[in-house]
Amino acid sequence: MAALVELRDVVKHFPVTRSLSELVRGAHPAVRALDGVTFDVGDGDAVAIVGESGCGKTTLGRLMLKLVEPTGGAISFAGAPMAEITGEKLRAFRRQAQLVFQNPFDALNPRFTIYRAVVEPLINAGIDKAEHADRVASAFRRVHLADFDRYYDRYPHQLSGGQLQRVVMARALVLGPRFLVADEPVSMLDVSVRAGILALLREVRETMGLTAVYISHDLALVRYLCERTLVMYLGRVVEDAPTEEIVRRPRHPYTQALVAAVPVPDPDQSRAPLPIKGNVPDAREPPSGCSFRDRCPHAMPRCATETPALKPVAGGHQVACHLDTPTSP
Amino acid sequence: MILEVDKLQIHYSTRSGVARAVDGASFVVPEGRIVGLVGESGCGKTTAVRAIMGVLAENGRQAGGRVVFKGQTMDEATTRRLRWRDIAYVPQSAMSSLDPVYTVGSQLVEVLTKRGTHSRASARARSAELFDLVGLSERRLADYPHQFSGGMRQRAAIAMALALEPSLLLADEPVTALDVIVQRQILDVLRSLQQRLHLSMVLVTHDISVVAYLCDEVVVMYAGQVVESGPVREVLARPRHPYTMGLRNAFPDLLSDALELVPIAGSPPDLSEPLSGCRFVPRCPFAQPACSIDSVVTGSDGHRSACRRDAEADTIRTAALDPRTWQRSSSFAMS
Amino acid sequence: MAERAEPVPARASWPLLPVLKRMAAMPLKDPFAFAGLVIYLLFVLVAVFADQLAPVDPLEILFTKAGKLAANVPPGVEFPLGTTNLGRDIYAQLVHGTRSALAVGLSAAIIVATVGTIVGLVAGYFGGTADAVLMRIADMALSLPFLPFVIVLTGFLGASTSNIVLAVALLLWPNSARVIRSQVLTLRERAYVEAARVTGASAWRILFVHIAPNILPLSFVYAAIAIGWAIITEASVSFLGFGDSTSVSWGMMLQDAFASQALSRGQYAWFVPPGICIVLVVVAGFFISRGYEEVFMPRLRGR
Ligand SMILES: Nc1ncnc2c1ncn2[C@@H]1O[C@H](COP(=O)(O)OP(=O)(O)OP(=O)(O)O)[C@@H](O)[C@H]1O
Ligand SMILES: Nc1ncnc2c1ncn2[C@@H]1O[C@H](COP(=O)(O)OP(=O)(O)O)[C@@H](O)[C@H]1O
Ligand code: SF4
Ligand code: SF4
Ligand SMILES: [Mg+2]
Ligand SMILES: [Mg+2]
Repeated sequence: MAALVELRDVVKHFPVTRSLSELVRGAHPAVRALDGVTFDVGDGDAVAIVGESGCGKTTLGRLMLKLVEPTGGAISFAGAPMAEITGEKLRAFRRQAQLVFQNPFDALNPRFTIYRAVVEPLINAGIDKAEHADRVASAFRRVHLADFDRYYDRYPHQLSGGQLQRVVMARALVLGPRFLVADEPVSMLDVSVRAGILALLREVRETMGLTAVYISHDLALVRYLCERTLVMYLGRVVEDAPTEEIVRRPRHPYTQALVAAVPVPDPDQSRAPLPIKGNVPDAREPPSGCSFRDRCPHAMPRCATETPALKPVAGGHQVACHLDTPTSP
Repeated sequence: MILEVDKLQIHYSTRSGVARAVDGASFVVPEGRIVGLVGESGCGKTTAVRAIMGVLAENGRQAGGRVVFKGQTMDEATTRRLRWRDIAYVPQSAMSSLDPVYTVGSQLVEVLTKRGTHSRASARARSAELFDLVGLSERRLADYPHQFSGGMRQRAAIAMALALEPSLLLADEPVTALDVIVQRQILDVLRSLQQRLHLSMVLVTHDISVVAYLCDEVVVMYAGQVVESGPVREVLARPRHPYTMGLRNAFPDLLSDALELVPIAGSPPDLSEPLSGCRFVPRCPFAQPACSIDSVVTGSDGHRSACRRDAEADTIRTAALDPRTWQRSSSFAMS
Repeated sequence: MAERAEPVPARASWPLLPVLKRMAAMPLKDPFAFAGLVIYLLFVLVAVFADQLAPVDPLEILFTKAGKLAANVPPGVEFPLGTTNLGRDIYAQLVHGTRSALAVGLSAAIIVATVGTIVGLVAGYFGGTADAVLMRIADMALSLPFLPFVIVLTGFLGASTSNIVLAVALLLWPNSARVIRSQVLTLRERAYVEAARVTGASAWRILFVHIAPNILPLSFVYAAIAIGWAIITEASVSFLGFGDSTSVSWGMMLQDAFASQALSRGQYAWFVPPGICIVLVVVAGFFISRGYEEVFMPRLRGR
């Protein structure tokens, strides 16, 4: 299947305020939020991006939606280079690519009624006013907000988190997009509400034939949505495989730690001790070679000098670790 | 029993009336055990531990029931005497409550000298010990909170609570909002502290996986009341209350084969309205007319449930495993 | 999360309406702001009905019934505040001075609020070069010495009231622009602003529909502050003798009184009332701005 979104060696650096000594040395430090990311999202696929906080997941999602520009590398959407999507093309792109936010309490303008929030995209896309009411109603129907017209005149603070997240999804779906990025869409929601939102995400993807990128730090949730998962560490993809492979047979030492860390609701399941220690290093000064090596239980001398590249190890399974590429290329 | 909470009632006075945030909750904490307090948001978990700690919000008051700590019924004077020395507390979002203006070390020294009887010198030595205990390098004492990651700040908050060697630690959502690896590290710290210091602990969370990983006992709260309690193995493997079964279904499980999460339709009741009978009635697929009349607590050998149909618990449990049991489209959409 | 639905409000199609309502309701909550508003209202009434309240031309030289120049007449029935040394009615001057004071204050306020808001919005939202250039200009304007600048500018352009207003506006817009810019910087990071971008809203739409309504109360605060500053400045400039000699203003009254040694002659009725009026309007302006600050920007004040 053709790829809808293609990323080639994408780099994103954010400048940071320089310390005095850096100023004197003339250094230009930067947070290396993304450090060479390459992958494709196939048309109609659902891909998950997992990793610890600060590893660059949100930045990646924002790049795919052209909310920020990459420092290096190239991204394309439906075959068109993202850098060339401007002006009228950008307006068309905005109709096709949408975002669901982590915090539904902040994602809706507190001064807008719910109806107004969902009709905004239609106004922006220049859609005939006569169609607005119908299209809003069908978007609300899609997200299963029963008696939706009851909500039209309310303000966001009058709705619960789960209802708000449904409204946020209605807004994202009202233009009939083909690409959806969901950034931690349930992490701010209550337990009992999560399941409903996850089911909804899965349902709209199937019924609308959406291509979806789902961002999370929780592998257990990702499993319910995506067939394929990318694991990120410090701005790089370290493993890319079918989700079940990631969960059952993780190959990268970091993925193994991630899987081991997920708690399960069964006290009899004996849990292996966490194989890694320490914290994610400062993204301003990642270690040389493999950026995971200061926490990796298998680190070897080679890991300090050579950055492992993402290499296929089996069908549809790629890993960036020297353990999986024993011979130097 | 290091702690007994007996028919505790906590009321908040608000503009729209009295909110019965905790309404007759009873549970016990055995010595040296970790008890998990679970339930949806707003069901009174924070209120309950704040009441035990004697740090209720201004508009809250204990309207009934008792809290017994080491055989002693707590009143205002005893609470004040025992607070921090014997009972310590890691508040919800403790990690964001560190003062950004002072180093973490000086805040720890402050706690030790103000709440305890340490001199500044001994407080500094003790700070280093405490940091070591929660797995932080003592060099980081000189850092400011913003130089700490979320997990490190949570460790520091725990160190602060442990400053005066309490025998009971109340931790409110200590791992919520942390990502899985950090979460696991914090849980391991809590486990090792419990073993090394023979602490008793109440761990508030909405995540039953956390309970399964760390706790010995679990107390399930719903709408200000305890609906089920007992040993973690018992309660999670053979839940007796439909609410616990619902929570269990709604929770993702990395290792299960079922690729379906089942939400509990609807939302918890408004606690400022008068409520009678079982509070789960509007959301319970097994509700019967009798359920609205009054609620009963049944069970023995430590596993207790507040479901009227407890005798049928085994049949209900089987039915509860079927996702269709919980599907009621109209209220589903309201969640 | 329990659903606590409140009564459904009327459909508000314009996001500004609730803000305006809240702003209108504010003085009822803050007694100082209320007092300030009442003072303004009184002065506005006086300005509007000045011709009825004081039918005498404030610049006309008056004569007594005996045909003598009515100079330095003490307060009495005919001249409530007495007359100046040139035989002009002080009461009439005071009443008509209200007009110029309010004209100066309000026009300066409108210019300061408009320019400050637009500059703050543009600099804060677009950032980059536009931001750098605008903020450098603001820095420059802020570094100018206040009164000397006004005097020099009116010296260049002529000592008219409108030039004084222009000078005050030039000096005051940077304050509001800076604060509004920093507010825009935080609002720009809100998820709902990003949501507007994703759904294809243009930059201008985001700026004026999503961000500006949150900024409006701030503009208002700076407008209220500008009123006071403008009136004080006009008074100072007139008092120093650089003002517009053809119009009646409180500052000019003070200058007249000072020049003709009213103080040593004990003609308190000549200079005390305009002094009090200046203090009242200025203080009223600060009361109102303080009230809005309290309501809309509690974080700006110390904890
Ligand atoms: N200060 C207060 N004034 C009024 N009502 C309050 C106050 N604090 C809590 N409540 C109410 O009491 C009930 C229980 O609140 P509590 O915060 O203890 O729940 P919780 O289980 O800890 O929820 P969460 O997971 O959201 O923290 C809720 O309905 C809440 O709205
Ligand atoms: N606008 C920004 N300016 C500076 N640094 C940023 C910015 N956005 C993100 N970062 C940094 O980039 C890294 C990745 O961030 P993010 O994509 O938000 O991670 P995640 O979503 O995985 O938590 C982090 O180190 C973060 O601090
Ligand atoms: S490359 Fe080396 S350090 Fe990196 S994960 Fe593999 S073994 Fe560990
Ligand atoms: S008492 Fe009735 S309503 Fe309550 S949980 Fe049991 S069966 Fe359901
Ligand atoms: Mg993120
Ligand atoms: Mg809580």
